[in-house]
Amino acid sequence: MSKKMKVMIFKRFERFWHWIQAVLVIVLLFSGFEIHGSYRVLGFEDAVTLHRTMAWSLVTLWVFAIFWHLTTGEWKQYIPTLKKVDAMIKYYLLGIFIKAPHPFRLTVLRKHNPLQRLAYLFQWVVISPVIWASGWAYIFYAEWTEWGVDQYLTLEEVAFVHTLGAFMMLIFLVAHLYLITTGKTVWSHMKAMITGWEEIDPDAKEN
Amino acid sequence: MDIIWNKTGVGRLVQFITIRRSTRLLMSVFLFFVIATPVSAATTTADHTKFKELQVHFESGPDVTKTCIKCHTEAAKQIHKTKHWTWEFLNPENKQRLGKKNIVNNFCITPQSNFKHCASCHVGYGWRDENFDFTSEENVDCLVCHDSTGEYLKSGDDAGNPKPTVDLTYVAQNVSKTSRDTCGACHFYGGGGNGVKHGDMDDSLAVPDRDLDVHMDAVGLDFTCSTCHKSIEHDVAGSRYVPDAKHTEDYHVHRRDYDEENNAHCRACHGNKPHKKEDKSRLNHHAHKIACQTCHIPEMSRGGIPTRMTWDWSSAGQLDKDGNPIEKKVDGNLVYSSKRGEITYAENINPEYIWFNGNVRYQLLTEKVAFSDDGHVLVNEFEGSADDGESRIWPVKVFRGVQPYDPVNQTLVVPHTTGHDEASYWKNFDWNKAITAGMESAGLPFSGKVDFVKTQMSWLINHMVAPAEGAVGCNECHTKNGRLKDIDGIYIPGRDANETLDKFGWLIVLLTLLGVLAHGFGRIVSHYWRKR
Repeated sequence: MSKKMKVMIFKRFERFWHWIQAVLVIVLLFSGFEIHGSYRVLGFEDAVTLHRTMAWSLVTLWVFAIFWHLTTGEWKQYIPTLKKVDAMIKYYLLGIFIKAPHPFRLTVLRKHNPLQRLAYLFQWVVISPVIWASGWAYIFYAEWTEWGVDQYLTLEEVAFVHTLGAFMMLIFLVAHLYLITTGKTVWSHMKAMITGWEEIDPDAKEN
Repeated sequence: MDIIWNKTGVGRLVQFITIRRSTRLLMSVFLFFVIATPVSAATTTADHTKFKELQVHFESGPDVTKTCIKCHTEAAKQIHKTKHWTWEFLNPENKQRLGKKNIVNNFCITPQSNFKHCASCHVGYGWRDENFDFTSEENVDCLVCHDSTGEYLKSGDDAGNPKPTVDLTYVAQNVSKTSRDTCGACHFYGGGGNGVKHGDMDDSLAVPDRDLDVHMDAVGLDFTCSTCHKSIEHDVAGSRYVPDAKHTEDYHVHRRDYDEENNAHCRACHGNKPHKKEDKSRLNHHAHKIACQTCHIPEMSRGGIPTRMTWDWSSAGQLDKDGNPIEKKVDGNLVYSSKRGEITYAENINPEYIWFNGNVRYQLLTEKVAFSDDGHVLVNEFEGSADDGESRIWPVKVFRGVQPYDPVNQTLVVPHTTGHDEASYWKNFDWNKAITAGMESAGLPFSGKVDFVKTQMSWLINHMVAPAEGAVGCNECHTKNGRLKDIDGIYIPGRDANETLDKFGWLIVLLTLLGVLAHGFGRIVSHYWRKR
């Protein structure tokens, strides 16, 4: 008979980081697609002001987040593995519908399942750099001439890359929001992200 | 900036109470009571009322000028060199011979063969026809620019001579620097009426408030025309024939010699980085591609006086049943007259926007007409593009007309419109006679056939500069179908987007959404199915 126990898997800073980031990303997407011209709600000028404020806030948050990840060693949570990726895929395609046991056993040292690891790593090394690099180029467009950048870049290219990053982020967000509901219960992941506590079964076997 | 510094309270008062138009009376009276001090002479060292030479009766304009040039020995000679006198200008770039004397427009068409009438805006006396003596010093009209009384008026059809009712002695004793009124006496009325031609100049600029023009604001900075259009030896800076439209690094406030020509532009004072407050680098960067006027002149004809937008000469000549000419007015504006045809107006409207690098080509009378893609003859053509490295986006008033031309020789024509002679169109409404006479006086061939062409003429919008808070906001251009919807060759966020990326992007977002919804639905179904 297995014994359930509660562990703190999302520390206080991590939760703070996550939720602030969630708000910033959603506001950035909302204002960003308005700047892009997809709809008119705030008006271009206010959308730009909001977008820029949120962007710099996110930069600040990231400075702390990166520092936190490096000093706590939590960055290792994102080291990718292909082990059990196939099992995870099989689980989402089939097992989840027949209430098969989750192929991944969560521990404090391995709090992301292999698919999560890949997804978050993709977020870290592809989506975010694309958005940041193009975003900074965009923000400093007025200085291009002075810095000599204008010979190599056009605003159109930068806008293209930035929009591409935004679409990736939006798609990530849609999938992420849904996958929250795929825990033990519909709300268990959400609860863990709010309280930090996750119920784990230390004796459960991975299959 | 000496003019601003010199303008003391008293000086300003002098200017106010000498303003001519009755609409300004209220303001003047108000100021008079606010600063109820005796009025002394203006801020010069010479009081012309004390000059014996001017305490005489003057028979005529030239009579006055003869006296002026006794002391101001070089003045007339200087005037002789200017466009104000010659009505002629040689474009140094493309060698086109321009100037009022040579070019055609699509308003009154041309002064040629109509000088007796049109010379009421010439800085001279006696220009009746081609035989006018351009070397005559006494025929220079000093008073039309230097009057301070508001009493000096030129006759409408006497070759630039003053109306017989003008007290020339009084005017001559009260000369001063030029003013918005003296410049405006002609420039506000270009095209034959108040505000007709420019879209950014009409008599609302005589005493403008801050909203209408932040610089000329009569109770604020109180610029006159010459504050920006500085002159050297009577040659006034600023030209519509070779406008200074590019983004360049040099600028200068004081115009001290001819090398610093044509500095009547914003950056002469404001420099190249005019925005000092919030978001300054972004706004200053806009100035590389966008003329100041584009944002800072939000609308044309903002002073309550409409400007003409179209003029159809082909509809002229309709007479009433008794054979008399007709005039129809709406809100005081002439919308049809037998003499001119149909005319339309607008006020408080957005200008059109174009890439412009300062080069203008005119459709000369001596050249065959060229038609634009949409079938217009471009009376003047503004050159520019996004990628020539020197153009900026400028606001223009585009005036569209229909005017006579010679379908055989394929040229625009000179109609003799004014006067009471047999050939005058306004007298006899016969295009053939009028054009035959006009072309003969211009020394140009005419086939005897008359047809009409659609024409288009562009005018830079430079005046009626709003205060910063009244400038065009970001949202007006950074949006689909905004003010700059027709400007090509540039990526404007909010207006432009990569359609393919958008299509694929939204498609994948949608598929992801459908995917997770289907997955979730599957889970719900399987959950209840297993429960059963």
